[in-house]
Formats: sequence, C-alpha cells, structure tokens
Amino acid sequence: MSEREPVTMMDAATRLDYEFTAGVAMSKNLHGYEQGKFIGQRCPKCKKVYVPSRGSCPTDGLPTDEIVELPNTGTVTTYCVVNVPFAGQSIEIPYICGQILLDGANLSFMGLLQEIPIDEVRMGLRVEAVWVPPEELGPTLASVKYFRPNGEPDADYETYKEYL
Amino acid sequence: MADEVIYRSDHVLEYPFVRSVGPVIGAFLTGLRDGRVVGTRGSGGRVIVPPTEYDPETGEETSGVVEVGPEGTVTSWSWVPRPRPKHPLQTPFAWVLVRFDGADTSFLHVLPAAGPDEVSTGMRVRPEFAPEDERVGHVKDISHFVATGGAS
Repeated sequence: MSEREPVTMMDAATRLDYEFTAGVAMSKNLHGYEQGKFIGQRCPKCKKVYVPSRGSCPTDGLPTDEIVELPNTGTVTTYCVVNVPFAGQSIEIPYICGQILLDGANLSFMGLLQEIPIDEVRMGLRVEAVWVPPEELGPTLASVKYFRPNGEPDADYETYKEYL
Repeated sequence: MADEVIYRSDHVLEYPFVRSVGPVIGAFLTGLRDGRVVGTRGSGGRVIVPPTEYDPETGEETSGVVEVGPEGTVTSWSWVPRPRPKHPLQTPFAWVLVRFDGADTSFLHVLPAAGPDEVSTGMRVRPEFAPEDERVGHVKDISHFVATGGAS
C-alpha cells in the first residue's frame, strides 16, 4: 500500500487538431471579407438572404446559388454586455456583443459594438461596419473591426422581430 | 468557377479538463499508481475490472476493492500496423482486451509486437508498469502489456 493520498482527480485534457475546409459558399463569404464586403446567398424559393451562407437554404433544402452583396449597414436585433473575464479573452471588458441583421439579410450574425456607451445600446440600434485598414483585410470576419452607430433613427421593431 | 478560391485553415480545439474520479475509479487509479490492479465486486460476486460504481448488467451497486492479476489472458485483440499520432504507442501494436486472473470482465490496453503472428486470443500477458516516480493515477501508469510466454 502506498502512503500517498488516494487518487481523486485525473487530468483529462482533450485536444483536437483539424483542418477546416470552408467549402464553396463560405469561401465566397470569406473572400468578401478580404475585399471589405459582406457576401451572402439567396434562396431561389423563399428568397431569404443568408450571410454567411452554408450553400443551401435550411428551410427549402435548395442550393443558394445566387450571390448577394450586402450593404455596410444593419440593425442590432439583440445584444449582450460581457462583464465576465474568461480564458482567451482578447477584448477589454465590459464590451458588447450584438446580433447584427444587415439590411437586406434574413440572418443575423454576432458582431462587436463600439463607439457607444454601454448603457445606450438598445435593440433596433442602427449600425455600420468599421473595417480594418485595407492592408489588413483578410478572409476572416476579423476584417470587420466592429460595428458602430450610424446615426439613423432606431429601426421599427416590426422590421427585425422575426430575427430574434 | 475556375478561379474559385476554397479556404482552408488549421484549427485546434483544446479543453484542459481535470475531472474528479469518484471513490471506485479512484481506488482503481490509486492501485495503478501503486503498481496494483484492483476491481470491484458486482452482482453474484462477479469481479469487474476496471471497476464501475454500478453493475453494468443489473444496475446494482458494486462493493469492495478486489485485487486481481497481475497476469491475465487476452480475450480479444485487434492489430494496428500503422499507429496514428495519438495512439499510445508509435510502433505496431495490438489493442488487447485482457481478463486479469480473478476478474470476470476485460480491460482494454496495448500490446506491442513485431507482427500479428505474435498475438493470439488466449495468450498469457502481464502489465508492464511505468517507473514508479512517473505514475500519477492514470491508465497510462500501465505502459503496455507483454507476453509471459504461456497460453491458457
């Protein structure tokens, strides 16, 4: 018998190394970021515009072949103030994660909100993308530095209530 | 479409988990650290190695710590001619299910060998433990199994 303490804990670190292949649709979207553009795709049946698109419409199951370039402006549908530090955090807290619905899109995505006091962020806030300098653009959503208010009046709830 | 760019990138997903093992697996891992193999007793006196907190067949609570082995018998095996980077050994080996003497269930581990001709169901084996100062209470405290030369 050992005189040491019984074993109660076990290291169970897990690690997965893998290569991610973006595929055709996502690659078009990523290529758009490289050019400072939001590129989505439209469903031929329901006409919804997905950005980013996975290449097919989740409702109709059809290929979304039509390429759509979206504008730089959108609406904050909902948001979250991040106050909790966590491992790997790269932004100083507190900061705001917003769900951004680009004008003309039917799918929102997460974006960082800046240039606005935290207590003034609200649903329906109109925003615009701020891109990194041209020489830093790359095939990544990190090419969008953040979103900031664009000064327009708040969007009507009816215009984004389907995207919450 | 000829100028289509398809992006690829390397990703790493990593979680530095530490898990609590509980009293039953804790006893098993403590045993490995101390160079012994222990199981527990399930329904009808069956000895379960590695131990479980509940008998996998009846769901009844298991009881006691039962030392088994150290020798055992290979009940099944699978040959790995070209180990993958995360396999426990980087030379050809067999995954072996070993029923330790005194146990009623089998335990999965590795048995390095020159070729599959050296491995057979029924062969007698014993665990080769890692050096004592390297053992921490983990299944890798058994480095691998080796043939004892016997057959059952």
